[in-house]
Amino acid sequence: MTTVATEETTEPAFELEPDKEQQPGGGFPVYLAVGIICTLWTIPTLGLLINSFREARSVRASGWWNAFGSFFDSATWTLDNYSTVLAEGFGNAFINTVAVTIPSVVIPITVAAFAAYAFAWMDFPGRNVLFVTVIGLMVVPLQMSLIPILRIYTSLDLNGTFPSVWLAHAGFGLPLAIYLLRNYMGSLPRDIIESAKVDGADHFSTFTRLIIPLSVPALASFAIFQFLWVWNDYLVALVFLGIEPQSRVLTVELGDLAGRGEGALTLLPAAAFVTMILPLVVFFGMQRFFVRGLTAGSVKG
Amino acid sequence: MSTTPPLLEDDAPQEKQSGRGPFHDPGVDDNRLVVWALRLASALAVPAVIALFFFTVGFLKDDDGNKLLQVLVALLVGVGGVWVLYWGMDRLVGMLPGTLPSALRPYAFVGPAMVLLTFYLVYPVINTTILSLQSNSGDEFVGLDNFQTLFTESRYLISMRNSILWVLVVPVVAVLIGLAMATLADRMSTRWENVSKSLVFMPMAISFVAASVVWTFVYSFRPEGFGEQIGLLNALRGAFDLDPILWLQQAPENNLYLMVILVWLQTGFAMVILSSAIKGVPGELLEAARIDGANEWQVFTKVIVPSIATTMVVVWTTIVITTWKVFDIVWVNTGGDFDTSVVAELMVTEFFVNRANGIGAALAVVLFIAVVPILVLNIKRFREQEDLR
Repeated sequence: MTTVATEETTEPAFELEPDKEQQPGGGFPVYLAVGIICTLWTIPTLGLLINSFREARSVRASGWWNAFGSFFDSATWTLDNYSTVLAEGFGNAFINTVAVTIPSVVIPITVAAFAAYAFAWMDFPGRNVLFVTVIGLMVVPLQMSLIPILRIYTSLDLNGTFPSVWLAHAGFGLPLAIYLLRNYMGSLPRDIIESAKVDGADHFSTFTRLIIPLSVPALASFAIFQFLWVWNDYLVALVFLGIEPQSRVLTVELGDLAGRGEGALTLLPAAAFVTMILPLVVFFGMQRFFVRGLTAGSVKG
Repeated sequence: MSTTPPLLEDDAPQEKQSGRGPFHDPGVDDNRLVVWALRLASALAVPAVIALFFFTVGFLKDDDGNKLLQVLVALLVGVGGVWVLYWGMDRLVGMLPGTLPSALRPYAFVGPAMVLLTFYLVYPVINTTILSLQSNSGDEFVGLDNFQTLFTESRYLISMRNSILWVLVVPVVAVLIGLAMATLADRMSTRWENVSKSLVFMPMAISFVAASVVWTFVYSFRPEGFGEQIGLLNALRGAFDLDPILWLQQAPENNLYLMVILVWLQTGFAMVILSSAIKGVPGELLEAARIDGANEWQVFTKVIVPSIATTMVVVWTTIVITTWKVFDIVWVNTGGDFDTSVVAELMVTEFFVNRANGIGAALAVVLFIAVVPILVLNIKRFREQEDLR
């Protein structure tokens, strides 16, 4: 799932000091080159955004760039695609995705936090072996788990239920969570923990009253990773939750729509944006934590 | 794992008698077997209670049940309930005599995580490996026959060839463009640097499925007489009087066009990590090089790149793993047709669609074996870091 990454914990790239060291050479060619890359990177999404607001007829008849010709004509734009898409399964899928995502983020954080504390601040036989196992499990491909877990779920009649997906996501997310949190908690100054002990605090209250509040940045970083990972996941939902219209998540619904070919072409842009809106909001709203998490540790794949 | 409930029951009466009854025996620590049994019990108690809860509360298994209620219960259980269970376990362990509390407590903290990891990752790795040595129906041991099939039949060979191509192309291109963006944006005003980096970073927030849809309107193709081209690339070709191309259907170059989608998704990641590494290069070093008469290109190649080489390797490795496991992009765009299948996608097709468990498991094992070197490397690096502490 992951590689262990850079040791240096540099400040997030997006939060620069105003008096940053200015590198020379920031002339026109630099702006031109960056402008070209940015344009290439933005155009596909921009085209999709424009198409999502165009009449179904025109989406089918001409490319999205034609909308610029009648940009100020109100007849060009419509919200019909969004209302159709939301009525046709995507509203339901949105709720399903929320139902899958929230517990799938919260459960592994809770479980990992306790384990990370033990790995960082408790001494016990087997600690190193267990932690090395956790590191090893970070790169195990999801595909290794699909067949055995699906078999167990089928025999227990758990297939297609939300708890089955919550726990699967919790299990797959744990190695990264434990690794990130343990490294963060381990880097907290020893004095704080020692003085709490002197004051008579036991491990449990040290953990809940001291370590958890101090670890909020690391907890937030992982929460955003896991949120984006679960919200955008297709494979786990497809295999364990299935393609029944009732329980589909957004990605499965979108994958199904994309598979219908030309007939669904006009709905695809709006549908894609329905799936993208929340992660984009979270992403840009919490970019600081996300970037810090990336630079501090690693990323999931 | 089946021994959990009795162990748990044994646990409870024992703690009640602690401290006063005839069972109070500080020497219990010498009995290593008992201590280890208690440690195991401490580790398994909380997961056992949670598992019991999920099995007994029927409506959680009901797909037609009220979803929001389910989520609410899950949150109550997942946060509040689990918290209470850990707390209860901590108290329980704390009531034990002698040094037992400090001998058991770590396992109560680590246990639930280990149970989840064992169930969802450790056991499946072993089980999938065994399945890969069995026939597709699973009732016959066939040795390495499945692997022999993988390395002889053309459809599997094509998927492996494609996966290797993906891994060779995508990470390098993403790292190079990410490096270029990071270096150039560093030379812009703070405001424009942030804006331009956000634009390139944005695709990281969206799913591979949505990304595939985004690119549908780039690669779309219409035959002559079926209306205007609505795909950007074919419209551009039309503007230059060139014939439209079936971008995703013509092998082998369609593989490259699919790779573009992943490059588009991953470049932002490379850019952000490399950007923070570049900002970590000491200013004096750059200054010294410039005073010695180095031009900006030389500063870049002789000072910046060597300083961030380790980070570049780490970023490259991370993208290699992502690329190796790519599934959604191929599945949604071509379904593996037109010679575009990759190992991770064919694995799902074989076991999920074709119900061929043996071959599917063998493909998963191929995926796994390829990342084992990275796994070993990660552990080695961790060991070195620990030695430095």
